Amino acid sequence: MTIAPERPTQRPQNASLVQQFEYGLDAPICLTWELTYACNLECAHCLSSSGRRDPRELSTEQCKAVIDELQRMQVFYVNIGGGEPTIRPDFWELLEYAVNHQVGVKFSTNGVRITPEKAAFLASPACHGYVDVQVSLDGATAEVNDYVRGPGSYDTALRALANLKDAGFEDAKISVVCTRQNIGQLDEFKALADQYGATLRLTRLRPSGRGADVWDELHPLPEQQRELYDWLMKHTAEGEEVLTGDSFFHLAAFGESLPGLNLCGAGRVVCLIDPVGDVYACPFAIHDNFLAGNLLSDGGFQRVWQTSALFNELRAPQTGGACAKCEFFDSCRGGCMAAKFFTGLPLDGPDPECVQGYGEQALDQLGMAGDRAIPSASQDHSKANPTRNQPVMLTLLTDRPSGPPVSACAESPLASFDPGGSVGSRDGCCATSSTTGADGCCATSSTTGADGCCATSSTTGADGGC
Amino acid sequence: MDALLGEPWTLSPSVALRPEPFGALAYHFGNRKLTFLKRPELVAVVRGLGAAPDVRGALEAAGIPASQHAAYASALRGLAATDMIRPRKDAA
Repeated sequence: MTIAPERPTQRPQNASLVQQFEYGLDAPICLTWELTYACNLECAHCLSSSGRRDPRELSTEQCKAVIDELQRMQVFYVNIGGGEPTIRPDFWELLEYAVNHQVGVKFSTNGVRITPEKAAFLASPACHGYVDVQVSLDGATAEVNDYVRGPGSYDTALRALANLKDAGFEDAKISVVCTRQNIGQLDEFKALADQYGATLRLTRLRPSGRGADVWDELHPLPEQQRELYDWLMKHTAEGEEVLTGDSFFHLAAFGESLPGLNLCGAGRVVCLIDPVGDVYACPFAIHDNFLAGNLLSDGGFQRVWQTSALFNELRAPQTGGACAKCEFFDSCRGGCMAAKFFTGLPLDGPDPECVQGYGEQALDQLGMAGDRAIPSASQDHSKANPTRNQPVMLTLLTDRPSGPPVSACAESPLASFDPGGSVGSRDGCCATSSTTGADGCCATSSTTGADGCCATSSTTGADGGC
Repeated sequence: MDALLGEPWTLSPSVALRPEPFGALAYHFGNRKLTFLKRPELVAVVRGLGAAPDVRGALEAAGIPASQHAAYASALRGLAATDMIRPRKDAA
């Protein structure tokens, strides 16, 4: 971690609350903690490129020490995610530890481990009512949901919601990432939420992690953004609670701001702790460029939060760049840093989904000039080989194959290897790895250092099977 | 004058206050509401409510001039709306 020389900016007296937040807080308001990169699913748009457990994952004791520190810092609640956090064997122990130490827990799950017994535990006095459960569902129908989250995932989520309701767990959340395919289902989502006594939570699709591979296909079209904005405004006006995680502040440039904080909180009021203790500026920015430090090697979370050079830079006044002269800059504040970064746009330029159309223009210009360079991932915990849970998004095959497909029975270790280095050979030995775009089982093994396609897959305990 | 000034009040038991450079954050573990106390003086008042005989006593203990008591009373009403503070039942 690089340590800032000192707090560089003097906080002005009488600054507005938004300005105060831009200068940063002593502890985050919204802390996300990905407990594991392991996941039973392989969602096409996974923002953390999850799949396999990282062997360096924090131990139970280390996690408890983190919770102790969060309690000292008065981080009131933590958003636990993953991966699928509930498949960590110590998940329930850590959950109980946190709520017993005045750290409330909101956890995101695909529902796989929300059995009737666990639902009863969550509803029991052991959780003090300090636990919120967010069940991820990205389609109001199985067809739309399973397209991105994989076969069976819709049924899993609905079973979890039913178990929670039957156990008397109040006010579960249905957490939806808004996509081109599901924006037309907002009313159906609301009806589902009502059916399960749940609250609907809508969030923005970010081009982070594997999301970068599918963003062009999944992100809402401009007219759908308007549809979403109007829907949110209507339901807010009617006094219905629809949660958004304040993630749609780029839509504020349509006119009236949505309720909540309308600013990028990265490193100011928001941050992410990943499964190995790395601290990033925000949950959508798992990339070396936004890595502030590691809580094991840099003296704890508080030290990283308060002294990292990256965070202090993010808390310094921002110029707004090309956006500063836009009349809507005060509404949207330039939009989402991660969305810009992972679509190849400059951080002081417009958001790729700028509702005034400047983002599309910028992307088109970069595209035409051949300059649209999407940053390569710093890390990838995607499964080395697809499993039966992997969504099949056939339309995503963008590389034209260079020759006839290689049989799955081909024994040659060089099967499908093309010494000419044409695009089709990039995906390595498994034909279907092209659906996730970047993680041929051999080609990318160097990025994480641990997942060669055959020999070392057992070391991560995940699914080899090459 | 707001009748609240003469009443005994206290911080809700489910609420935690976290000091911040601008004042404090108040979080209610029950209803999950997060509120920002934008002045250190208001933080002092809220912290002192439980030990003071009434709200006016807490304002005086925090050194708030009488001319501002009405404004503080309305800020406290705002906090009461989300159960950040509540009337103290046990006190006479």
